Amino acid sequence: MSIKVLFFASLAEAAGTRELILEPASLTDLNSVFEKCAKERPLLESHRASVLFALNSEFARPDSPVRDGDEIAFFPPVSGG
Amino acid sequence: MFGLVREPIDIRKTAEDIRKPEDGAIVVFEGVVRNHSNDKPVRFLEYEAYEPMALKKIEEIGLRAKNEFDIRDISIVHRLGHMQIGECSAVIVVASAHRGAAFDACRFAIDTIKKIVPIWKKEFYEDGEVWIEGAH
Repeated sequence: MSIKVLFFASLAEAAGTRELILEPASLTDLNSVFEKCAKERPLLESHRASVLFALNSEFARPDSPVRDGDEIAFFPPVSGG
Repeated sequence: MFGLVREPIDIRKTAEDIRKPEDGAIVVFEGVVRNHSNDKPVRFLEYEAYEPMALKKIEEIGLRAKNEFDIRDISIVHRLGHMQIGECSAVIVVASAHRGAAFDACRFAIDTIKKIVPIWKKEFYEDGEVWIEGAH
């Protein structure tokens, strides 16, 4: 399956990219995707405690399952306004 | 009207466009780029968003404001990109028959934007730059 992973703000800087396409071999959840990204991009580690997860443009829990074609986003607590 | 824009927000037009004869109150909130943060001088800001989700969340906040407060209409516009000190980063306009609900809905909208809309600001100083992160 193929999923799109987006990074924003400080997470994009830590990841060194704004977008990845991943092709996990087996069923996975948001937290596992973050773990995989953090393993390859160690600067993401320092964001682990505060990272927020979105699945298809909606806030989601770390244990939310990921399906083929999903769009995932990882970002820090928001600061707009 | 709900929107994300990259050019300066026309505050007066946003307030004029919503107005109808049955309104007794128009409340306008303007978020402004401040020249300091934690006692440090700020040179300028940059705002970034997860745009499709940010727009969806702004629309949700507008609908909730209309459902939960006795108002007639609400507009929310947030600007993205580079902004100078004194420029408007976000505007909320609430139209209502009476002022109380309009003030309350406006406060609700800006407070909720700061909690759930995926937009982030980066502050630029003389000696560096920092992403601002909201309360978790």
